Amino acid sequence: MDILGLFNYWVFAILLMIGFYAVLAKKNLVKKLIGLALFQSAVFLLYITVGKVEGGTAPIFSATAEGDLFSNPLPQVLILTAIVVGISVTALGLGIVVRIKEEYGSIEEDEILEMDQQ
Amino acid sequence: MTELFGIFLLTLLVITAVAVVRAQNLFVAVMLMGIASLLIAVNFFLLDAADVALTEAAVGAGISTVLFLSALALTVDREKAPKTKVGLAIAVTVVAGLVIFYATLGEPRFGDPNSPVQTHVGPWYLEKTPELVDIPNVVTAVLGSYRGYDTLGEVFVVFTAGIGVLFLLGHGRVRRSLEEETRQNEGLRHYLIPRVIGQLLIPFIILFGLYVQFHGEYGPGGGFQAGAIIAAGMILYALLEGEKHALTVIPQKVLLGMMAGGALLYTTVGIAGMLMGGNFLDYSVLNDNPVIGQQTGIILIEAGVGITVTGTLLAIFHAFAARGD
Repeated sequence: MDILGLFNYWVFAILLMIGFYAVLAKKNLVKKLIGLALFQSAVFLLYITVGKVEGGTAPIFSATAEGDLFSNPLPQVLILTAIVVGISVTALGLGIVVRIKEEYGSIEEDEILEMDQQ
Repeated sequence: MTELFGIFLLTLLVITAVAVVRAQNLFVAVMLMGIASLLIAVNFFLLDAADVALTEAAVGAGISTVLFLSALALTVDREKAPKTKVGLAIAVTVVAGLVIFYATLGEPRFGDPNSPVQTHVGPWYLEKTPELVDIPNVVTAVLGSYRGYDTLGEVFVVFTAGIGVLFLLGHGRVRRSLEEETRQNEGLRHYLIPRVIGQLLIPFIILFGLYVQFHGEYGPGGGFQAGAIIAAGMILYALLEGEKHALTVIPQKVLLGMMAGGALLYTTVGIAGMLMGGNFLDYSVLNDNPVIGQQTGIILIEAGVGITVTGTLLAIFHAFAARGD
């Protein structure tokens, strides 16, 4: 299990890079925002993975869970709020993309840059 | 067994993510993002993060997909084939990926109870919560009380994003034909099956949202999740019955009031603590018994969070939906 012990981190790295690639290489602005969302998801996965304790359970006390081992609640709190902030940022980004489409008639980055240079 | 299931889900997640980036049709990409969100939500559940799983499922697979789709309806649904070379981007990502991969080799192994994260403040929260706050869900206790400042900040970020979207799209030019207007106001009413299923589901979605809100101290849940779930229920209503009906149920003015009101309620609880002789957002002084004071404070601020999140998400949705092209 020792090699598999790092599997979640590798998925984090791959996911992060897939999102990063979309932000760098894609010219479509909506696709860039999708890439950003993927990038965010990767970070969420890293935090939640770090908080997990082997054999633990969700950090909620109950009569039956007496003396149980709990996973770390702190990373979960950070990510819980980060998800909602993430959707707000995405919404703002989409709002800007819609306005760009209305002004330029395109949401391809290279076409918009060309129009700006003229 | 759980580990194997987790590995399977994560592998599926990576495949979905690759498909998202490769898809030229943006509708396909958005729907695949919804699937990716659901996969990651199940993964969070396997990693003991029930609260986070609930949030990710409601926000990532629900609200986010709807917002992307409404934005696509106003822009284009197809990405143009790339003209430039992507070699440099690939090189940068591969190098950065390898650096991160090398860094992971020094990370503590998965689930290690002796890793630095587990030996810092985490155990303190688990140990002291029954004594200081006495609510079963430690995540809610940390969110509402110990890290109350942080959560207040997040609520204001959500509020600010809502204002930003309203400034960008809210009361701009709305040019559209009468025909389009009727279409939007009718929603999906001619489609029998979505309508019947929707009418059955919507009351239960909203009831579940309220349960998540008020049961957040005892089980997974709280204001953020409840806000997203209730907003998802109302968005479903708007899609099925049309914009106009949804705005009759909760008018735009009420939504704006909710956006500001929730954040205001949160701040008021903080200031009430100051007036009663404590620090800002110190709930212990709200009652003679500090533990009951903590619980009162958490219930009130969670209500504030729920109101702001519901109001903001719905206002953002309506801002997108009201804009014709």
